[in-house]
Amino acid sequence: MTSLIEAEHLTRILPATVPVTLVRDVSLTVGEREFIAITGPSGSGKSSLLYLLGLLDRPTSGSLRIAGHDTSALDDDALARLRLETLGFVFQFHFLLPEFSVLENVMLPMRKMGRLSSAEMRARAASLLEDLGLAGHLDKRPDQLSGGQRQRVAVARALANDPHMVLADEPTGSLDSKSSEQVFQILRDLVHKRGKTVIAVTHDLDIAARADRRIHLVDGRVVSDERVAQAAG
Amino acid sequence: MRLLLELALTHIAGRGRQTIVAILGVALGVGFSIAMAALMQGTEKDFIAQLVDTMPHVQITDERRMARRQPAEDLFAAAQFEGLRPKEDRRGILNPAAATASLRAWVPGRMAESLRTQGVVRYAGRDVGVTIVGIEPEIEATVSSVVGDFVHGSFDALRAGGNNIVVGDRLAQRLGASMGTTIQLVSPTGQARGFKIVGQFHTGNNARDEGETYVLLKSAQILSERPNAINDIRLRLDDPDAAPRVARQAEAELGYKAVPWQEANESLLEALVVRNIVMYTVVGAILLVAGFGIFNIISTITHEKARDIAILKSLGFTQGNMRRLFLVEGLALGLAGSAAGWVIGFLLCLALSQVEFKLSGAGVGREMTRLPLFWSPWHYAIASAFALVSAGVAGYLPARQAARLNPVDIIRGAT
Repeated sequence: MTSLIEAEHLTRILPATVPVTLVRDVSLTVGEREFIAITGPSGSGKSSLLYLLGLLDRPTSGSLRIAGHDTSALDDDALARLRLETLGFVFQFHFLLPEFSVLENVMLPMRKMGRLSSAEMRARAASLLEDLGLAGHLDKRPDQLSGGQRQRVAVARALANDPHMVLADEPTGSLDSKSSEQVFQILRDLVHKRGKTVIAVTHDLDIAARADRRIHLVDGRVVSDERVAQAAG
Repeated sequence: MRLLLELALTHIAGRGRQTIVAILGVALGVGFSIAMAALMQGTEKDFIAQLVDTMPHVQITDERRMARRQPAEDLFAAAQFEGLRPKEDRRGILNPAAATASLRAWVPGRMAESLRTQGVVRYAGRDVGVTIVGIEPEIEATVSSVVGDFVHGSFDALRAGGNNIVVGDRLAQRLGASMGTTIQLVSPTGQARGFKIVGQFHTGNNARDEGETYVLLKSAQILSERPNAINDIRLRLDDPDAAPRVARQAEAELGYKAVPWQEANESLLEALVVRNIVMYTVVGAILLVAGFGIFNIISTITHEKARDIAILKSLGFTQGNMRRLFLVEGLALGLAGSAAGWVIGFLLCLALSQVEFKLSGAGVGREMTRLPLFWSPWHYAIASAFALVSAGVAGYLPARQAARLNPVDIIRGAT
């Protein structure tokens, strides 16, 4: 099994008059087809860890390899490229561009990547959205959709460039229980049907309980990292 | 790049009213500067044209730039003079026939020689100091602008037997003389003769209308007791701009002072330069203000779209992409403003060119009926170049700041 993430002694300190340590000496390895839930109380550094793993932030110390690339050796532009090619993000709030249609939002990362023709991008975006049950909403604006629908659009966008991993930051945090369940199913399908690795930060214990692997953080430190055998499906 | 352009346009379109205000700011700046440049350059050209029209392009007189060297200075390495008075020289330009012949050989234009001297006009017990210009009427007609300013008579009338004189209309008024009146002309040497007025002109220049008289060259020579002398050669060139070069060459050839019109009007031309500096400063200030408008809107957009910036960056857009995005927005506003400004500038010029003036005065002479406008594509190019530069700077500053935004800060702030 190849490692998508190899983190060693990751530490992130916010420089301030009183420096705040967000992530403290975290080492972990993540492989393919993993469904990981990161849990922990508020302020435990879950999201900060996710941003580090997602290359949105740089660690103060420690080393991080993403898909075989030593990230400390890469400049910001190279990190952006790596992010574009290997990672997809889903945030608590959908973070779709309000002026663009659903289809255009999903096409955005593909256009940035610029590998597909315009017709191919359109077809791929449409098929991703259809797989997530949004067939009838392609030309709507994000504000015409429900919260759950928007979050599914965000998932489709995260999958746009067929990344190895999807990182989700409280993906169900602002959804009702029915939509949460839908989104959870989708994320799990990403792992089991599409072969992605999903790392989700959550404080929804129900979701955490059904993940394949649970990483629990307290005060920026990993206090437990356990794999759970799950029944398939 | 197309993607960035699309994003930029979406952002701009999202702020309709503010966008229109910013574009209008640039457009007005560009438009006014175009109109102003056209007007400034138009009046300048008109002014110079008048200047060139009324003055000889090059005037050669019997003066020298430096006092003539004394023979002893040429002979001895060191010489000192005391109580020396240069010899009186009343011959004017030496060897006038040879001088004019050699000039005629190469000067691209026409020339007229004359004897210019001071004198007093005496009539009805009144004395008025005047300049007496001795001319050949048919040659003078090809060089002098006075030809077109005659109220009565003409230069040709000078030929019509006896002693005739042409005077300015104001001089005639002052003296109470009219056509056909015989007035006394007294030269510096004391000679006095009666001249009959056969022509009157009105140039619009009071100094000339009051103090210039024309007689035949021969009469002037007799009056001032300088037979065959001339002291003034005036050139009218085909190309007025060639005046300095021609003057230099003539001066080198003849040794006499040759003054091109640019030199004779140096202070006026300097005033024009100052005027241009004032114009460019004002135009620059207008466009600078327009630049602040652009800065304002881009700045607002970057603040409002902080979330978009975070999203785009989390998707894999680079800092450079973000910087370009907002720079493009600034330039787009500048571009739209320039385009609208061209239209405004063109319409303003059109409107200004319709404005009519009635210059009051004696009713004779030059009347400016329309504002002189000079149309040049350079005005448009310079104005929009300036607008684009200021738009670029105005876009770049907030763009740089926006690009530096850390997406994590924004995402954290949102959750």
